Amino acid sequence: MSARRDRRRQAIPAAARVVPPSGFTARLTLFSAATMAFLAVFALAMSMATGRIADRWSDELARTATVRISAPAAQMAAQTAAVLAVLDATPGVASARALTADEMQVLLGPWFGPDLPLASLPLPQLVEVVEAPAGIDAEGLRLRLSAEAPGAVLDDHARWRRPLVEAAARLRLLAMVSLALITVTTAAMIVLAAQAALAANVQVIRVLRLVGARDQFIARAFVRRFTLRALVGAAAGVAAGLVALFVLPAASTADSLMADFGFSGAQWLAPLAIPLLAGLVAWGATRASALTMLRGIR
Amino acid sequence: MGRGRQGQGARVIELQSVAMNYGGGELFADVSLKLAPGSFQFLTGPSGAGKTTLLKLCYGELVPSAGQVQLFGQEVREMRRDDTARMRRRVGVVHQDCSFLDHLPLAENVALPLTVAGRAADAAELSELLAWVGLAPHAQALPPQLSGGERQRAALARAVIMAPDVILADEPTGNVDWEMSLRLLTLLVELNRMGKAVLIATHDLNLIRAAKSQVSARVLRFQNKRLQVAGADL
Ligand SMILES: Nc1ncnc2c1ncn2[C@@H]1O[C@H](COP(=O)(O)OP(=O)(O)O)[C@@H](O)[C@H]1O
Ligand SMILES: [Mg+2]
Repeated sequence: MSARRDRRRQAIPAAARVVPPSGFTARLTLFSAATMAFLAVFALAMSMATGRIADRWSDELARTATVRISAPAAQMAAQTAAVLAVLDATPGVASARALTADEMQVLLGPWFGPDLPLASLPLPQLVEVVEAPAGIDAEGLRLRLSAEAPGAVLDDHARWRRPLVEAAARLRLLAMVSLALITVTTAAMIVLAAQAALAANVQVIRVLRLVGARDQFIARAFVRRFTLRALVGAAAGVAAGLVALFVLPAASTADSLMADFGFSGAQWLAPLAIPLLAGLVAWGATRASALTMLRGIR
Repeated sequence: MGRGRQGQGARVIELQSVAMNYGGGELFADVSLKLAPGSFQFLTGPSGAGKTTLLKLCYGELVPSAGQVQLFGQEVREMRRDDTARMRRRVGVVHQDCSFLDHLPLAENVALPLTVAGRAADAAELSELLAWVGLAPHAQALPPQLSGGERQRAALARAVIMAPDVILADEPTGNVDWEMSLRLLTLLVELNRMGKAVLIATHDLNLIRAAKSQVSARVLRFQNKRLQVAGADL
């Protein structure tokens, strides 16, 4: 017996060694934990990306529109008053208010610098419209605005995104269902692997019971292994998944799903939960299988 | 819990009017037996009479079809699984098939009852025990590499490592030569002199005769589905 083998044996506690090493179930668990974790990284990224998109877009949708009035300086005040009157009488408008010169300065500052001579520029007047939850009838409003104030244009640019927000929310749901399915599948694979390992070791388990081992002791010997394998396998799967996300070509189109795919900021920590979850699933699945099987052995 | 019943019952295995039935008719009935500290008993009878079955009843691997089995003051049917585990640490069993964990070296197999009880084996005591059964040179051998006699002695060492109150041996000389049989018998007699209850199932009448010259042994024999005390007429 080589010294190295002896040393390796010493490193594993005696209680863990009572179950012989089992090649195939070990590899099955490692492999399925790794693949499932790899898939889970993408499902998680998808869930978070779609969540972010849905949140951002629906905020924008939330209820603001803008009326832009381009008119000669002489008519500006009159048209603004007319627009406000129309908005006041429009159902679905919660409030409407013309932006002041100072607010325009703040809006434009980032683009033109703080010294912008606002008064001397032919800037359109902006009217901020806050919609009531029911929303407004954009077409009707447009018609009335064009009748009352020819220079007014209703800009409800965010409106076209509504179906996209819905799609994003649905994608998010899909991603979460995928995560749940991945978890359940992992549990099922580990249950199968654990049952195979238990069945292969019936004789060992019998001997252990006969020399006075408690169920907990025997279960622990299996649970320890499968938990460790699931942790290690899932960690490898997560690492591979993150590498794949990194090398994903970054799309430059703003707001496209692809540009948003992946994690942002602290979200990069979320995949670290996957190996822990895998370990937890393995722990529960193996423990349940072992204790069930042990009930059949006195 | 049977803990409350200390005194005599706490050190004894006792069967009262026990019957056993595997499903196809009665194997035996009305068997009463007491394994008290310091007793030395043989269990004999033809093959298939139920010797192994009776031993299994004595360490809770089987539950009787009828009658009571008290293991250290606890009725076997009322024992929970952890109670059974703890009870087995007080009974040293030499199983008929000497089952070991084939992937662990002999020394670790012998120390297995300690390991499963969460205790570390004392290296010196372990080597002393292996030397007592003459297996010191084989401490690192794997069980499949051992001969029948070596396995029997290893099983005996494993059975006594927890310093049990009771030793049950099922055909301990089943596949060893006469010389080795006597050696094993001597080991069992030594254990009995230390105050342990010893019950040996065997169909080897020569072994029983040899034992009677060393120790006052009672012989129980299965006959017509009953357990009877055999006289001097072996
Ligand atoms: N688990 C079992 N199920 C059914 N029958 C069994 C079982 N174990 C033993 N038997 C039967 O019970 C009888 C007694 O067996 P056993 O106790 O091993 O006898 P012995 O040890 O005296 O040779 C045999 O006929 C055997 O076939
Ligand atoms: Mg037998």
